[in-house]
Amino acid sequence: MADIEGGTPPMVVVRRILWVLVAVAAVFGVILAVGGGDGSKSAPAASAGAAIGGPFTLTAADGSTLTDRTLKGRPFAIFFGFTRCPDVCPTSLARMAQLREQLGPDGMKFDIVFVSVDPQHDRPADIGSYVALFKTPIIGATGTDAQLAQIQKEYGVYVRKVPIEGGDYTVDHTAAIYLMDKDGHFVTTIDYHENDKTALEKLKRIIA
Amino acid sequence: MKSSIRIMLAATALVAAPPLLAHGVAAGALAIGHPWSRETAPGQKAGGGFLTITNKGKTEDRLLSATSPAAADVQIHMMKVEDGVMRMRQVTGGLAIPAGGTLELKPGGYHIMFMGLKKPFKQGDMIPATLAFARQGKVAVRFKVQPIASTAPMEGGHGGH
Repeated sequence: MADIEGGTPPMVVVRRILWVLVAVAAVFGVILAVGGGDGSKSAPAASAGAAIGGPFTLTAADGSTLTDRTLKGRPFAIFFGFTRCPDVCPTSLARMAQLREQLGPDGMKFDIVFVSVDPQHDRPADIGSYVALFKTPIIGATGTDAQLAQIQKEYGVYVRKVPIEGGDYTVDHTAAIYLMDKDGHFVTTIDYHENDKTALEKLKRIIA
Repeated sequence: MKSSIRIMLAATALVAAPPLLAHGVAAGALAIGHPWSRETAPGQKAGGGFLTITNKGKTEDRLLSATSPAAADVQIHMMKVEDGVMRMRQVTGGLAIPAGGTLELKPGGYHIMFMGLKKPFKQGDMIPATLAFARQGKVAVRFKVQPIASTAPMEGGHGGH
């Protein structure tokens, strides 16, 4: 049998999430019932959405500095990955290029940003030649470990290096595309399994 | 010796194959359809390969490993997106091709991972590789390099029909 570590059946994950939600609701309910004045502080789920995004500093493919302020004024779709990623990264970026095309002239009203979380292998210039393959303007960027740690934390991006045979490693990472408005505020995400119709509706929301 | 005969047989099959199996390979009970890969950029050190393997025989076979002169190392990987996170794992022990069944290596699942590319894969290139099977032994195939936006082989999905 194929030996794949770290596999948890989706239903188990869903069930676990539901139980966590039940537990959070129960705790929250108890706090309210007891009449604690700071009940709102105890509801982590309530503020999670609003917290995504924030200031960052990275290096763009052409060597220039890319910050949250550089992107200000235009909505953007941001995706985290690495160029050695053979599947989800090209699939997601190609999809963004296709969705942009489907939007017609409106498609150029937002930026697409690809952040490599593997600066050990991806130099800024490498990321530039990678994103150029998608035949639509994509801002490629990466940063130092500290700079990446900051943006990953702000966006709630999961990144984990996993060793593979031959001393090399692959990178587990969040597959969602984050959609941000022109002020850099989080709007929603496009998920890997989502259909084009829903994804287009979401993109229309950030360029409206 | 044996494997070179197999390669010759495979090459013969390649020439004799109908247009829809333009670069498919028949080897014993196995029919290998449309091996393809995505173009890579200079500096991009790895690329994925996809194909389907149909076992027309009555005994299970296993895809054990692959090698290619185009890459320093070739592995078999499994990718899945779960709970919003993309996880990729090396497959050890090979992948079964059940008797009468088809093993699909395609985006969103299993793939061949070419690592340490000697040079970038360019559109139209045919990347040579050798697949090793538990029963069938070694089979030579060529992965056709397609645009990076591809999600399926461009020759259509008729392989194995």
